[in-house]
Amino acid sequence: MAEAEQTAAQTPAQKAAQTASRTAAQTAAVQVRDLEVSYGWGRRATRILHGITMDVTRGHTVGIVGESGSGKSTLAKTLTGTIRPTNGNVRIAGLDVFATRGTDRTGMRRRVQMIPQDPYSSLNPRRTIGEALAEAVDPRHAKVKKHQDEIVHWLETVRMPADTIHQYPHECSGGQRQRIAIARGLILRPEVVIADEITSALDVSVQAEILNLIAGLRRELGLTMVFISHNLAVVRHVSDEVAVLYRGDIVEHGATADLYERPRHAYTRALLDAVPGTAGT
Amino acid sequence: MTSPDATEIPGLPPPASAGDRPTTGPRRLRQPSSPWLGFALRRLTGLVTIFLALLVVSFLIVQLIPGDPAAGIAGANADPADIARVRHELRLDRPVWERFVDYVGDVFSGHLGTSFKYRQPVETIIFNRLPFTATIALAGIVIVLLVSIPLGMIVGVLTRGGRRTWLDTTFGVVTGFLDAVPGYIMASFLVVTFAVGIGAVPLYPPAYTPRFAAQSFVLPIASIVIGPICTVSRVVRRETAVVLDNDYMRTAHGWRLPAHKRYVKWALPNLLTTTLTLSGLILTGMIGGAIIIESVFALPGLGSGIIKAILDRDYPVIQGMVIVIGMIAAIVNLLVDVLLGLIDQRTLGGSHVSA
Amino acid sequence: MSPRSRRHHGNPGLVLGLALLGIVVLIAVLAPVFFTGEADALGSRFAQPSSGHPLGTDAAGHDVLLRGLVATRLTLVMTVGATAIAVALGILLGTGVWLMGPRAREVCLRVIDAMVAFPGLLLALVVAAVLGAGGSSVVIAIGVAGIPYFARLTANLAAKVSQREYVRTARLLGVSHPRIAIRHMLPNMAEPLLVLSASTFASTLTALSALSFVGIGVQSPSYDWGKLLSEALPSLLAGRPFQMVGPAALVIVTGLAAILIGDGLAAAANPRTARRAAGRRGARDTERDTPVPRDEYLVDVQDLWIHSGDKPLVKGVSFGIRPGEIVGVVGESGSGKTLTAMSLARLLPDGLTLSSSRMAIGDLDLRWPVPPGLMAETVSLVYQDPGSTFNPALALGTQLTEVLRTHKHIGARAARRRMVEALQAVHLTHPERRMKQYPHELSGGMRQRAMIATALATEPRLIIADEPTTALDVTVQAEILRELERVNDRLGTSIMFISHDIGVVRALCHRVVVMYRGEVVEEIDAADLTVESARHPYTRALLAATPDIDRPVETLPGMAWTPEAAKEHSHG
Repeated sequence: MAEAEQTAAQTPAQKAAQTASRTAAQTAAVQVRDLEVSYGWGRRATRILHGITMDVTRGHTVGIVGESGSGKSTLAKTLTGTIRPTNGNVRIAGLDVFATRGTDRTGMRRRVQMIPQDPYSSLNPRRTIGEALAEAVDPRHAKVKKHQDEIVHWLETVRMPADTIHQYPHECSGGQRQRIAIARGLILRPEVVIADEITSALDVSVQAEILNLIAGLRRELGLTMVFISHNLAVVRHVSDEVAVLYRGDIVEHGATADLYERPRHAYTRALLDAVPGTAGT
Repeated sequence: MTSPDATEIPGLPPPASAGDRPTTGPRRLRQPSSPWLGFALRRLTGLVTIFLALLVVSFLIVQLIPGDPAAGIAGANADPADIARVRHELRLDRPVWERFVDYVGDVFSGHLGTSFKYRQPVETIIFNRLPFTATIALAGIVIVLLVSIPLGMIVGVLTRGGRRTWLDTTFGVVTGFLDAVPGYIMASFLVVTFAVGIGAVPLYPPAYTPRFAAQSFVLPIASIVIGPICTVSRVVRRETAVVLDNDYMRTAHGWRLPAHKRYVKWALPNLLTTTLTLSGLILTGMIGGAIIIESVFALPGLGSGIIKAILDRDYPVIQGMVIVIGMIAAIVNLLVDVLLGLIDQRTLGGSHVSA
Repeated sequence: MSPRSRRHHGNPGLVLGLALLGIVVLIAVLAPVFFTGEADALGSRFAQPSSGHPLGTDAAGHDVLLRGLVATRLTLVMTVGATAIAVALGILLGTGVWLMGPRAREVCLRVIDAMVAFPGLLLALVVAAVLGAGGSSVVIAIGVAGIPYFARLTANLAAKVSQREYVRTARLLGVSHPRIAIRHMLPNMAEPLLVLSASTFASTLTALSALSFVGIGVQSPSYDWGKLLSEALPSLLAGRPFQMVGPAALVIVTGLAAILIGDGLAAAANPRTARRAAGRRGARDTERDTPVPRDEYLVDVQDLWIHSGDKPLVKGVSFGIRPGEIVGVVGESGSGKTLTAMSLARLLPDGLTLSSSRMAIGDLDLRWPVPPGLMAETVSLVYQDPGSTFNPALALGTQLTEVLRTHKHIGARAARRRMVEALQAVHLTHPERRMKQYPHELSGGMRQRAMIATALATEPRLIIADEPTTALDVTVQAEILRELERVNDRLGTSIMFISHDIGVVRALCHRVVVMYRGEVVEEIDAADLTVESARHPYTRALLAATPDIDRPVETLPGMAWTPEAAKEHSHG
């Protein structure tokens, strides 16, 4: 964590510039090696991911962009351990996600947290915000009282008032719910946070709030994050590096500014050109 | 660059089962020869499985009788010789697996045993009783579908979007009330009104002379269809509201298609698929209704037969009838699914009943 | 959508059901205490109704009414017992299935399905055949027979709930399966399960009394309603129906109470029925000073108001669309952009009232009834494609040709030929094959092309496109936008393009109408849609909050703009 705080003071641009010079000593928070995922068996098997290899450096945000069917969501689910790969492996802080068993596995899962897409189904409507966060801290007993200080601290971190703790999800707006979902994802201090299309369901103004919050949290906490989105502009806004996924393959992976200004792969260029309001249209 | 696959839609929550569904991609266009072939194959294995399950269940009926089955079957005041005879007749003196093999062999060779009470082969008893039950159940099912679907749909269309609340309330109260009347009470009421009171239809089947055969089915069928008509038409009314709320109905409206085309051509097929999926259960339930109704009207069908057999502890008859009635239910289900497939080929895919 | 905002006020069915059930329960508690002795007393046989015996006596000389009342307790206890077996084990099985691995779940669901298809009463008879006739054995029999059905419906509900993000997140947090079921799944299934339990209670009552009726259930000397009814059957056939009235009425009232409670709970839980239509759609005070028609516009809307009850959703919107012009309407959710468009297409949802001082397309005054054929030749629509805009049960060709057959009055074959040409014109690949396919076999982009082709079939003067590319990928979106541009170029059709995406609107449209909370805040040339040249602060704030792919910034300016400012602006 110490390194993370050191780097936190730097700007994303500086960090991006240092990416290349990072040594093996600064282990990657996430290492993905030859990751293959297929659905179905035998003749009807469909490969979704075709051997993906990538690293997420500690304290960095990697944006993943791609269209429908590119395997973005499958990648997210594999990183969180919900889908078992047919080949290859995922290491979080050096530990193989799919080799662990039993209680280790549960502990492993808690090192990767996901912020879900839909703010309206991400919180149980019958439980207070406090209970939702308490469950994240202690899945067994989920006592709000015992963890009150921590919960309030995290609510304040995501710019929510402390009395939200007693409110129910329906009393919060979509943007507020998304903040709470972010707090729930961070309260465990996970190694890495997976954000899957977290602004897609939001209006532009609310999206701006959430993006600013994410940018702020990255500076303050030195978050390691995988940010998945179909919106290229949003990904550019929050990421240090970007990986372009096309039909289960990473076709291009590079520092954000570099990739957006000098796309090397034809698909990346096509994708960028298709964004309305840019030179291509 | 067009990705021909739209399994995940950015900006919207992912499809319901995105988690464990294969993204089929372009191969979706390459369909197997006919969806009916796979359907037939699957349903055939289904029927065989159900038959085997019924064999096991009917076999277990005797084995699971608490205490000594032979003593239980022979009755309270049977002497040891009787019990020994029953034990031998049901082969209870042999190991379980041997009995099961024998039982299965007998069933496959068409011998369902001999009735304790009537000393007749069980298959003869069933064969004599089958036509009554089959007539009541099948006629009932057809009538229920023919009445309740138009009725529910008309009410659904007339009350769409909160129109005509009085009709909605009346419909709810009347169907709710009729639904609360069990079939056998409805039967009693009909008997009082039409047979005893007015004398319009014969009460008892007068030995099935061709002259009265058809008429004597009127009251039994009427009493089993009223409840299910209410239940199914309520389902149809609710589904109509759901279907009319769909995007494609707005599309049809936007194309300014006339009302009859929108309701009959656009809404009805979608309505039928959900309705039939839900009502399949209600329709097989009608077979249960038929069992009870036969007792009220003293119709010599399978229903009154199995109940008599239970009271008489006539186990060979019970076993045979469980198999036959179970297979009738399975066939009714199959017919409903075939009907569904004719209306909408997508239902042949073999998914579950979903409410 | 809040769980506590909907309460059971004004639900007469529910109130009546609870009242009836209350009376029955009261009888069940009190009747055996006071009347057991009298009910067992013997009098004259087959007595006609009299003041002493309001419903007469039975074959043994018992008072029929009292026996009916006393039987209430046994009947209810048995029904509750059997319902409890079905509900408890059904819920356990139904939720349990969803916590299993996918393959075990598949197998279990198939077994449950097969059992559901098996008639419940036959299953009950099998159990009764094993246990022998008797009260407790039929309770077990009916209870067990009810399990598969309840389990199946619970599994359906659990399937929906387990797809919610909060259940997935709880799994990621390492919450154990039983805890997920108790904390997250059951509370969110409670209402429908309660409704189901009520209907299970009603059907259990019927089934139990049916078994007693045919003699398999309660045995002498005990009696429940079913047994009393079966004892009454010979009297009925002998022309003495009174003996049946008491127990029959009690069975019906109790069943009705359960059904009413179930329906009432369902209605209270369902926002669809809880919503009441605020009023018929129609013009409201259209008799205003007729404003001057603006000739240069094809579409001329002036002072359009849309109300839901007393709540204004669109507040005095005016705008125009010139022939051959593409006008974009942008705004966030709740800005009223879709309502404005739908009122122009005369497709406003039920329960909304509309008024305007002028609403016309060309010389067609939309404030008065318009024949559908004329309407179809004036306005066409292209919707957002969440995969449900086409009828899933009909082949695409059947749906597309319907428009031509209805409005152009041409035969099926000719319509088909014209439609294939139209699909070719919008660059849909393999049009012949597409016509035979079902909507779900096409991608979102293909369906959207088909939608545009159909929209053009009636040669309309205006196409209203409501978020047509929102559900599509960027590359597909670019193609669909190009298609709309081509249509506008080639045929000169005006397009009203609704979107929340400023980038898309800027790329496609000539002019843009910006809406905020039911008002038009600015009409602006698409080229001027930048932070620098937009006039209204809301437009500027919206533009600034949109991340720009070419110009990334450290912090996006928040929406430092309030509705109060909007008011000052529009009045000042």
